Amino acid sequence: MAEKTRSIWVFGDYRNYFQNRVTLQLLSRATDLAQKIDAEVCAVVFGHEVDEWVGEYIAHGAKKVFVTDHPMLKSYSTDLYVALMERLALTYDPEIILVGATSFGREFAPRVSKRLKTGLTADCVGLDMNEEGLLVQTAPAFGGNVLARIVTPGRRPQMATVRPGTFQEIPHNYEAAGEIVRVPLPANLPRDRVRLISSERQPPREQKIEDAAVVVCGGRGMGSRKKFRNLYDLARILGGEVGATRPVVYSKWAEEEALVGQADKHIQPKVLLSFGISGAIQHTAGITNADFIIAVNKNPNAAMMKMADVAIVADANQVCTAFIRELKRRIRS
Amino acid sequence: MLKMIVCMKQVPMVTELPWDTGTGSLKRDLAEGMMNPACKHALEAALRLKAEHDGHITAITMGPPMAEEVLREAIAMGADRCLMLSDRKMAGADTLVTSYTLARAIEIFCPDFDLILCGCHTSDSETAQVGPQLAEELDIPVIAYAEHVQLGDGSITIRRVSDNFLETLEMDMPGLITLTTHNYVPRYTPLAGLQDAFDEPNILIVSADDLGLDEAMTGIQGSPTRILDVFSPTAEKKNIVLTGAPKKIVEELFERFDDRIGSVIRKDLKVDRQSHG
Ligand SMILES: Cc1cc2nc3c(=O)[nH]c(=O)nc-3n(C[C@H](O)[C@H](O)[C@H](O)COP(=O)(O)OP(=O)(O)OC[C@H]3O[C@@H](n4cnc5c(N)ncnc54)[C@H](O)[C@@H]3O)c2cc1C
Ligand SMILES: Nc1ncnc2c1ncn2[C@@H]1O[C@H](COP(=O)(O)O)[C@@H](O)[C@H]1O
Repeated sequence: MAEKTRSIWVFGDYRNYFQNRVTLQLLSRATDLAQKIDAEVCAVVFGHEVDEWVGEYIAHGAKKVFVTDHPMLKSYSTDLYVALMERLALTYDPEIILVGATSFGREFAPRVSKRLKTGLTADCVGLDMNEEGLLVQTAPAFGGNVLARIVTPGRRPQMATVRPGTFQEIPHNYEAAGEIVRVPLPANLPRDRVRLISSERQPPREQKIEDAAVVVCGGRGMGSRKKFRNLYDLARILGGEVGATRPVVYSKWAEEEALVGQADKHIQPKVLLSFGISGAIQHTAGITNADFIIAVNKNPNAAMMKMADVAIVADANQVCTAFIRELKRRIRS
Repeated sequence: MLKMIVCMKQVPMVTELPWDTGTGSLKRDLAEGMMNPACKHALEAALRLKAEHDGHITAITMGPPMAEEVLREAIAMGADRCLMLSDRKMAGADTLVTSYTLARAIEIFCPDFDLILCGCHTSDSETAQVGPQLAEELDIPVIAYAEHVQLGDGSITIRRVSDNFLETLEMDMPGLITLTTHNYVPRYTPLAGLQDAFDEPNILIVSADDLGLDEAMTGIQGSPTRILDVFSPTAEKKNIVLTGAPKKIVEELFERFDDRIGSVIRKDLKVDRQSHG
């Protein structure tokens, strides 16, 4: 029997720490959304020996967890997971399904949406409910510097993917109660057409920029690779990390690891110094959690300048040089 | 014979397209188009498979007439034939509908394919959804973000990095893979080849009627997602604006914010006022 109450589902992506955080972040957002439409927050977990994660999701806001636990599901499989999700969704009819935009999530969510013949919005930077009870998905659109508010009026569930770091998780509460619904592996599950030959966990990516208290970000306005190197000196003195915009990474002024933005790293420094960056949404989506922003740009009207606490109208490289000098002087004195 | 299909999209060469706030649309006509980088890598992967095995490549794009350019480029690079899906009725398609349309074309014009190659994402929309949804529509398996491809007997072996796991996977054919831009650096396209491609293009232009598309599944009408509105995020802060000579600005900055910056870097940045100025 399908349940009467509405529900918001979050796909439990637990394969490693990084994925799991986005699941927790989505549970937190789902909890806010659920209050607005009087719905229940559910997590969905497929795998083998996954009780640890089930507990974790309940502690982070899931009121109910659907679990299918079977040795066949030990490693992530798009074919099998999609089939399981389809069945679950057809049985319980969720209003909303949220999936983290991890590598797996990006393979999984589009197939699920296609099966369920419903819309899917990629990389939402905002999720809300409107008066009509529709999920309003805010996402960058047209490859430009604009955000679009997108809804899926006529189909259910409403589906969205969200990059890690977009929402904040709520602190865990191991006292929290949640219902666990154990769903047996269906007998007529399709054959998996992809076989895992080998899988090696790569050394966990160093999350340096993501955790740095000070980040010095540079954009195309730095002018050249050589001038851009100046930012590394500044970052070193500040004990911080260097971030970059996409054109900078494309021109190889900085490593790909430095790329900050919606598509890659979300940073949350206490102090962010931004040099020669226009402030395109794809970049600024990655810095929304910065506490204090100092931006340098020749153009006082650049979007980056509008969102700064201190906007410096000047040449980026000259300010960088002056900054280094002044810092050295002050640290010495 | 290994029958391959490469799906490609034309994208604007510049990322910051002018936005017409009056009409609320993108001034796409102002931008020159190019083959989406990941699609180009996918084509390169197909060309290398073709060189090693006896292969045949069909390149497909759905887009405005101008998008034919990417098909000509594909032919210049070594694709054997092309399908151009172009029709006003197809405009405004979201990913669900794009994948539906591509699937119908494939079913009609190349039903006996072995392998479909897509880019992992497009540089203008970056949804990364069309590949997996196309696979679902055709009911074939998918591996996204492939970095290395090797052909086996009735199957294909892929290496990729997925969420910090280095994986080797084997997939039944027919199947679909999406390629990243890590490997398969596209070959240089000689001008002479491009010229030939313009003289004698093996390009079939296909309309919505040719495909017998279900109207309820086509273009903007058929797309389940609706755009409510579009806006530029102006998170304006009441900020302090500093202008003037860089040296003076920086001094002023530290006068006002030495505590704020100093506390974060755990250094005392105060100077004795008398000693400078
Ligand atoms: C799907 C998609 C995803 C994307 N994802 C990302 C992403 O994750 N991260 C990202 O960063 N970008 C991303 N982009 C690109 C993004 O849209 C912008 O193009 C990019 O952020 C702009 O970088 P920029 O500010 O360095 O360059 P520009 O936009 O060229 O800005 C340069 C700025 O420097 C200023 N300037 C010039 N000379 C000087 C000087 N001498 N002194 C001071 N200031 C000067 C200019 O006034 C200008 O404001 C994405 C784009 C797309 C389409
Ligand atoms: N209009 C289109 N025509 C042909 N192939 C497309 C089209 N749109 C997307 N694709 C394919 O799907 C991939 C991913 O696109 P996207 O989902 O837009 O990020 C692209 O690299 C192409 O291989």
